[in-house]
This record gives sequence, C-alpha cells and structure tokens, in this order.
Amino acid sequence: MSRPPVLIPHASGTNRDHEAAQAVESAGGDPRIIHINSLRNGEAKWSDHAAILLPGGFSYGDSLGAGGRLALELRTWFATELSDAVTAGRPILGICNGFQALVKAGLLPGPLRPTGRSVTLTHNQRGNFECRWVTLGVEPSCRSGWLSAMPDTIVRCPVAHGEGRFTVSDPAVVDEMTDAGLIAFRYLDSGTVATPPTGPAAGRYPANPNGSVADIAGVCDLTGTVVGLMPHPEDHIFDWQRPSGAPGHSGLPLFKAFVEAAK
Amino acid sequence: MTLRIEVTAVDTPEASRLLAAADALSVERLHNCAVTRIYNVAGDLSESDVVRLCTELLADPVVDQWRIGGSEPVGRSVEVSVQPGVTDSDARELERAARELGLPEIRVATAVRYDLIGDLTAADVDRLVKRELVNTTIERWSSDALTPEFSTGALAETRVELVDLSGLDDHELMELSRNRVLSLDLAEMQTIRDYFEAAGRSPNDAELETLAQTWSEHCVHKTFRAMIDLTHRRADGTVSVSQHDGLLAALRVVTEELDPWWLRSAFVDDAGIIAFDDINDIAFKVETHNHPSALEPFGGANTGVGGVVRDVIAVSARPIACTDVLCFGPIDLADDRLPAGVLHPRRIRDGVVAGIADYGNKLGLPTVNGSVIYSEGYTGNPLVYCGAVGMLPHGSHPTEARVGDRVVSIGGRVGRDGIHGATFSSAGMDANTGEVVGTAVQIGDPITEKGCMEVVERARDAALYTAITDCGAGGLSSSVGEMGEDLGVEVDLSGVLLKYPGLQPWEIWLSEAQERIVLAVPPHHLPALRDLCQQWDVELTDLGEFTGSHRLVVRHGEVSVVDITMDFLHDGLPRRHMHGEWTDPSPDDGRHVSLTSSLLLEMLAHPDVASNEDIIRRYDHEVRGGTVVRPMVGPRADGPSDAAVIKPLGTADHPAAVVLSNGICPRVGVADPYAMALAAIDEAVRNMVAVGGDPSRVALLDNFCWGDPTKPDRLGSLVRAVQGCVDGARLYKMPFISGKDSLFNEFDGESIPGTLLISAIGLVPDIEHTVTSAGADDGDDVWLVGHSSNDLGGSLVNVMLDLGSTRVPESVTDPLPRYQAVHTAISGGLISAAHDCSEGGLSIAIAEMAIASRRGFDVTAPAGSDDALRALTNEAPGRIVLTAAPSNREKLTSVLGNHAARIGMVGSDPRIRLRFDSDVVEIGIDAAVAAFTGHQDTAL
Repeated sequence: MSRPPVLIPHASGTNRDHEAAQAVESAGGDPRIIHINSLRNGEAKWSDHAAILLPGGFSYGDSLGAGGRLALELRTWFATELSDAVTAGRPILGICNGFQALVKAGLLPGPLRPTGRSVTLTHNQRGNFECRWVTLGVEPSCRSGWLSAMPDTIVRCPVAHGEGRFTVSDPAVVDEMTDAGLIAFRYLDSGTVATPPTGPAAGRYPANPNGSVADIAGVCDLTGTVVGLMPHPEDHIFDWQRPSGAPGHSGLPLFKAFVEAAK
Repeated sequence: MTLRIEVTAVDTPEASRLLAAADALSVERLHNCAVTRIYNVAGDLSESDVVRLCTELLADPVVDQWRIGGSEPVGRSVEVSVQPGVTDSDARELERAARELGLPEIRVATAVRYDLIGDLTAADVDRLVKRELVNTTIERWSSDALTPEFSTGALAETRVELVDLSGLDDHELMELSRNRVLSLDLAEMQTIRDYFEAAGRSPNDAELETLAQTWSEHCVHKTFRAMIDLTHRRADGTVSVSQHDGLLAALRVVTEELDPWWLRSAFVDDAGIIAFDDINDIAFKVETHNHPSALEPFGGANTGVGGVVRDVIAVSARPIACTDVLCFGPIDLADDRLPAGVLHPRRIRDGVVAGIADYGNKLGLPTVNGSVIYSEGYTGNPLVYCGAVGMLPHGSHPTEARVGDRVVSIGGRVGRDGIHGATFSSAGMDANTGEVVGTAVQIGDPITEKGCMEVVERARDAALYTAITDCGAGGLSSSVGEMGEDLGVEVDLSGVLLKYPGLQPWEIWLSEAQERIVLAVPPHHLPALRDLCQQWDVELTDLGEFTGSHRLVVRHGEVSVVDITMDFLHDGLPRRHMHGEWTDPSPDDGRHVSLTSSLLLEMLAHPDVASNEDIIRRYDHEVRGGTVVRPMVGPRADGPSDAAVIKPLGTADHPAAVVLSNGICPRVGVADPYAMALAAIDEAVRNMVAVGGDPSRVALLDNFCWGDPTKPDRLGSLVRAVQGCVDGARLYKMPFISGKDSLFNEFDGESIPGTLLISAIGLVPDIEHTVTSAGADDGDDVWLVGHSSNDLGGSLVNVMLDLGSTRVPESVTDPLPRYQAVHTAISGGLISAAHDCSEGGLSIAIAEMAIASRRGFDVTAPAGSDDALRALTNEAPGRIVLTAAPSNREKLTSVLGNHAARIGMVGSDPRIRLRFDSDVVEIGIDAAVAAFTGHQDTAL
C-alpha cells in the first residue's frame, strides 16, 4: 500500500477533521472524511480502511458529557467493526473529542477492573475551556508498537478543551497503567514556548493545563493498537503553525508513525 | 410515569465557580456547595431501562453518583430550571440518545440544584440567587423541588386576528404601535392605515407584524437612510447647518469612488467580499447583539456569534474565523450604583465570554481578534460586537432566484423564541424590558448551525441553489420577504417544523428561532438537497415558491396569513427627515500632572490595558490550524498582539494570509466624534500594518452603536462620526465593504457613549514576513514612526486622572506613505518587533513590548510636549514602535525616511526606562508583568 486509506469519521459537531486529514496526507496517508451516518447505513465501510482517526470537536454538542453520545454510538452500532480493526492491528488514533469518546466507550485503555470503567476525562481543574500550547513527551515505556516507532519523542502543539482532565477511580489505577505500559503521553514542563522542556509538568499549571493525574495526556490500550490523546498534534504539521521562537517538535512524526503502521 | 434522576459529581467546576463568585460578592458565610444535575423523565421505562439511561448516558462511573427520586438537600437549596419554552438542549439530547439506545419514547426536563452549605442568611441566599444563580428572564427557581414543565406549548386552533386600523386617530395609532411592540412611528402607522384603507380591508396580525419587522430600524436602517439636517456649533461660536442626504449612501459613494480591483461585493449582501488569491474570495461581517446580551448575557452573545456566522454562510462562504469586541460597565461597580433591572457588569462579562466561547468553539472556528473596554457608560447597555470571516471560491455565490424555484428553509426548528427581536432592538431599554420581551432572548444550538455550514458548502459546490439568505431578525418574514422582493413569493407555513405545537401563524412567520438558512432551489435540485441534508442530520422544509406575482403571499394551509405587494413592503416606508445637533466642547488643555512609576503601573493594570488572557484562552484560537499571529505572543505567550494573521486551510500553495484588526476609541468620541472615526480607522490600520499587513489591500467595516437617534444630540454625534468615516475612507484609500448600525442603546433615557467599531481585513503577502510586539532582541534599536502630540483629550490618563482635557490629538493628514514604508521594512525582513501606540500612548506601547519579549527598553520621547506625562502618554494616532538590529540602521533610515526616528534601544537590563527632557521614569519588568497580568511572574 503506497498511501493507506485512513478513515476519519465525522459526527455532527466534529471539527478539526480537515486538519486531521491534512496531517494524514502530509504523513503519506490517504485521508477520507466520512459522515458517521454513511458508516451506519452501509454506504461506507470501516473495513475498507487501513487506519481510523477519530478527530476533535464537540460531537453532538457534548451535551451529556464530552464524547458521551459518540461513545454510545461506537458501542451500540460499531462495536464489531472496532474490535475487528483492533484484532487486525489496524491502528486507531483518537484526538481530543475522539479520545474522550474512546475512553467513554471503554476502548481506552480497555477493561482494567471487573467492576467497570475506572478512568475518565472530566472538567478541567480550573473549570473552563482552555486553549494554549503545551509540550508532550512520548512515554518511553508505552506498549504501543506503532507509537514507539516515533523518532522524535517530544511534540509541541495546542490543547483546546474543557473536559480533558484524566481522572481515575482510585490512585492504584495509575500504577497499574504505568506498569502495563498504557500511558502514552505526559505533559512536560516546557518552561517557555522557546526553551526546551526541563522535565515532567508535575501537575503544575499551565504545563499540565487541566489537572490530569500523573500529567497523563494520552493513553493506549492493552494491544497498543488504539491510542488517544487530548492535545492536537494535527495543528502543528508545518513550521509556520508554531508560535514564533519555538524550535521543532512538530506533530508530523506521530502521524508518520500512524500511517506507517497502517501499511 | 415521571421519574426524577439526580446526578452528583465528586467535584464540579460549577461549585468552585460559585464559591469564587460568593467571595467576590462578599457572601463570606458560604463554605461549600454541592451541585446536582436533575433529569425529570416522563415515559414508560422499565427498571432496567432506567439503569441503562443512568449508567450509559447520565452518570460517568468514575466521577458521578446517581440516584432515583429526590434527595434531602444539604444546607439551603436553590433549584433552577429554564422557563417553559426556553431551549433545554440537554433534555433534547437525552431524548434523542434514549431513542438511539432503543428505549421507549421519553420526554425530559432538566434542572440544577445548588446545595449551599454554611451559616447563610436569607439575604445571602437572595444575593447569590439574584447575582449569580438565576436569570429570571429565562429561568425560574425554588428552594424546593420544581415541578417539571414538559408541555412546551398548548394546542390551539389556528387563528388569524384582524386588526382594524380604519379611522384610528394619531393617538390610537401610536398606542397600538406600543402595545404590540411594533416600534413604528406615527408617519409609518398612518402609511399602513392608509394602504389597507385603500385596499378596502383590515390588516391581520401577521401583516402588521411583517411590516413592523421589515420597517424596523434593525432591518431597514431608517436613520441611515433619512434626510438629516445637522446644526454644528463650533467652539469659536460659529454655527453651520448642513444637510445629509442619507448616511448609508455617503459611505457607499466612497466605496464606489475607490472601487479597487480586489473588491468583489460591498453593502449589497449579508457580508462584504474581497479577493484573496487566484481562486478564493474572503467574506467579512461584524454584527452587534447588545440588548439580548444585556438581558441574558450567555444566550445573547451565543446567538450573536451564531447570527454573524450565518451572515457569512449566507454569502456562500465557509466560515473560517471569528472576532469579538466587548464594552462593559466597570467590573468593580459598587452595588448601589447598579440600576434596578440591570445585571452586574461582572456577570454580564462572564456570561458574554462564556456565550462567545461556547458557540465559536463548538462551530470549530478560531476566535482570534478582539478588544474589551470598560466604562460606566455601558453599565445599563453593554455592547457585544461579533464578527465572522469566511472563504468562498470566486464566483461561486449565486444571487438570483428564478420564478418556479422553491423556497426552502434548512436548519433549526421554530418555536416561540426570539419573537420581536428586531423591533425590541429598535427601542431603548428600562427596568421592565426583561419582562416585556423575554421571548426575544434565546439560547443557541451551535451544532445545528455547524450542520447548516456543512450542507451549504456542499450545496454551493454542487450548484443546488440560486439564492441564499440567513434567517435572522424578523425570522421568515424578513428573509423570505427580502429574497422574494424582485419576484414575489407564495409560502405555506403549515409544513414548517415546530419545536412544539400550538404556534399561531404569525408566530411561526415572525419567530427568530436560530440556526436557519433560506435557499432558493430549482425544483429538480430539491431531491439532491434533501439527500445532502439527511446525510448531515439537517432538517429541511419546502415552504413554497417564487411566483413572479410581485406579491408576498403567506398561507397556513387554507388560511390566508399575509397578502401584500412587495412594492409596499419594501418601498412603502416613508423616508424620515431628522434633525441632529453637535456642539464642540470648549477647548481645555486640562491639568498638568507629573508622570510617575506608580502611575505607569496603574495604567498597565487599568482594565482597558491589562491582559485579557483569561478571556482569550476561553476561546479556541488554534482550531483549523491556520493561526499564524495569535492574540497572545512572546516567549511566555502573554504579550498583547496587534492583529491576527490567519492562513486559511487549503491554501498552502501560496504564502499569502488574511489579517484581521480593529479600532475603537469611544473616549475620543466624547470630545469629537469626527476625530473618533478617523482615530478608529487609524488604529485598525496601524494594528494591521504592525503585524505585516499590506496597507494597499485593506477593506473596512463600520459598526455604529449609538443612542436614540430621535434625540438631536445623539444624532448629531452620529452624523459627525459618519462624516469622519467617509473622509477617512478617502484619506486611507480603504473602502467600506459592509456595515451595521445599532441605535437605541439607552437605558432609562441614558445613552451609551456613541461607539464606533472599525474592523479591518487585509492581506499579509507572505506568512514568513509577519512580526509581533514580542520579537525585540538585546541591542536592537527602537524606532518611533509618526508624530506625538501635546494633547490628552480622549486619552486613558485624561480619564484615569480626570484631567479635564478636551483637546484631542490631531488626526493624521497623510497616513499612507508612512504605513507603506513600515510595510516595506517588515516585508524586507528588517524589523524584529512592532507594536502600535494606542491606550496609554508611547509609555504603554514600550511597556507591553518589554513584557511580551521580557527584555528591557530605554527610550526617550520626542521633544515638543509640555511635560513627561504629555510626551509619554498622549495618544496621537499614526504611531508604531519598531525594533530592529543596529545592522539594519542604514537600510531603515532610507526606507523609513522622515516618517520615523530612533528613540532608544533594547537592553539586557530588565527595566523599562522612559525619558523626556531631563525626566526619567522607570519600572522593572517583573513589576510591569505583575501589573499587566495581575499575577507575579515566574522565572523563565
């Protein structure tokens, strides 16, 4: 496959799908934005695609919690298609609202406890939607095979969300996730947009912009096939997109690794 | 069966917000607060259905707890729910989601309960309720559980009421106009009476309302079309009388005179359009939503964004960015200064910001440019300017409906919401306005509008429609009435999709329910449009057709609702002849005061200067990945930016980008509205040039917010401001491409300060050649472009120190050469940073550049002023501060010529030193940052 077809499902209220498509295209993939209604009525098929990217936005207005209703649709209509994709090793990437939907659908990080879902994404600690650039580090111990193929382990890109605080039902869950290699990205303390990161954000605002536990910005599932994160690497593909002064660390390597894994 | 489901979160942002608000309100006895979301569900659900509803939809297993039935409140409880008929989007979403789960049909009404914990008095609770928790315009509350209201409309027989006008005398006509919120004057009422007398019948309610909407100040701009006599009393005692044959016409004439090749469309459509590149045009529109935002800040601002974005959709453009400029009363206004019936400025600001953020963010549009101004004059009547930019392929916007085309509405459903919005905004407000026109206020539904955006873009590309307009003020009566002006239309309202039953035909026809677009669709394209709408979850109604009869005919099934000629509807309005007066203030230099470092810090902390970061970060300014120059700049991303540069998605094949800026100087207008207009144009232009915009490719938009124009002093200052705009457009060679006036901005007979917003849109030729206020490097030269003044009239310090100066700095007489020179320097890569001089003059411009770059500055103000204060804080227009490497000195001297002078240097010493003559005023950068941002700087 020279340019693997990448499915970008669009639900009512999805946005950043065009930027996601631009990132996939720049990384050598063939992006296809398809409305979820067309996937539901069979006009288009999940299985015709080598990878799936659930983009950001406010699916269905986030009325009942961010990504909640999209999660419901993933569970009720597309459970088989998604589990087939995971079984076949076709990479799935959820960004922001896509990440929220994958978490609330129980696909990320997947079942950890028999009692049910033990992680969620909830309201930012400061209570508001917030837009700012952050620095992400790819977790070295992350079990996702395709993600570990990323040559550059630092990404600078914006966050833009109101419900991005990664939270767990009890603190032990973080340790279990760490041990299992399920943590994919953490917020780093970037100092300024111009200077290199100096270490973990250690919960400090604004490096950790939402109060996420253990600075967790993104996670993967037990197979390593499904990855999700709150920040928007698709908004940093070209040099001119970054605020002046910040050197390098674009999101493109992430999309290259994603597209490579789809081949 | 009706169930009450309660969901409580472990800790919620609402609770922390309320605690913070209580603190600000000095309600110290509130120690804690629990917030419970309540879902009243009516339907035939089994126990397992209820569990599914709760676990799969309502409660997050990690952070929420749910229970059935009412729980014992802790402390004092306040339960809040929307008034019947007001959009309850969570309820609608839950009903839809339950359907998807395959559950039986349910109806939902939501509420929120606040359990206020602490030793609160009844007065404390009352204060929290009034100031923070409840807005009775759209909400109701109780200390007990509220009875849910599922029924949102009563079934009623369709009824058209005849209104007998024949024989009514002047007094009775005006009484009728007032009682029905028609906002029509006597001449207009007489014209309507005579038309129907000649037709030998009485008008019905819908016809009267249609005329009132179409003829409203809001829709037809009666003042801007009127013949106006202006009496101008000058300070030297001379009086001149001039006649002005239409303010709108005067603005249009300059645009026609200038007529640059890149101008695509001005004034004729919902938004102005200019060329961008070989393929695409750019559309821009700015609107106001002042009265709705005064009554219900969130909903008012929310639907303000929705409305202006629809204007851009209605010129067949894909929206790509939003702007907002806001004017509020003082944020620390004492309670005893708050008029009855007015929400506190802090609450208005918080609601407005949340409303803009909610709509813009959910549409996926970056909100990238704006301003916030605080003044007592806006306490009773805040201003909310919302702008939207869109992009469309050149020549893709059809504007001619044909006979036989269908009249098609897409988007939201129609309810009783927003009735009388156009007429309501065409009158002043008082303490009772909220009660009388509560229905004019609505909550938006951005996701439905997003659907319209997607459908229209695709329908445009497939050429499925022949004309398009948005459904805004006046609802269908305005949009269908306007679209059918040349041909005539006949529509049937019985097929309109309603939010709830029981609407009378005139209500359907007048409803300003949001998120609707009206299209003219050739019948053979209708099936394709239906398919498109279905795919994108957008509802469509086929209302009727363009007839060629030159009549507006509206039916509800077999019942005739409206039948009048298009001629009368659009040309029957009698032209007004109005009188305005303007008296120049007697010239006063004002007191002389010395500039101190503490005054400098106070200026930096003044709300009009201080950082707006808390607001800006609530808006997604990055979405669509095209933001090149952001609202906040510098190594800490906390320096103020002059203008926004946007590289539209899909234009990566060339380096050009769009630049957006604004100018607004109401303080100048108090002394001289003519100078204010020139100052606002200059501010918008120099902001744009300062980031790299090309001054030969700039288009302007005007937005006039004024008081009651029937009062001569208000009208006089308005005419002077329009004259300033007309002369400014000629002087700067920049056409106005769109504009809007919002009049009657008064509360209890007190007018706002006449406020003109100039929005500018232009081009940056190459995104590699943009600069910001933050790029200064140690050792750089500091240059000042333009000339300073000795006059402080209209300046920030004049207001802060109450100096009493009425002399405003002279307007720039020859602005273009200097801005061309700056543009040449920036595009030649000679400049490291640029920042315009506006509020606070040179001193604040330098301080902001020092804050943005975290570098020291040492500058000397030019000679020619009386003292350091005047030299450093005068707000003479036409000035930009530049920094550049000393190695560029020779080149810059030749490029900038006598437009600029070197005034100092950037140094590694982290201090801001401002000199004049032998005076030196200095502050440390850390102190400047603390004053500007409101918090201590942390180490780099």
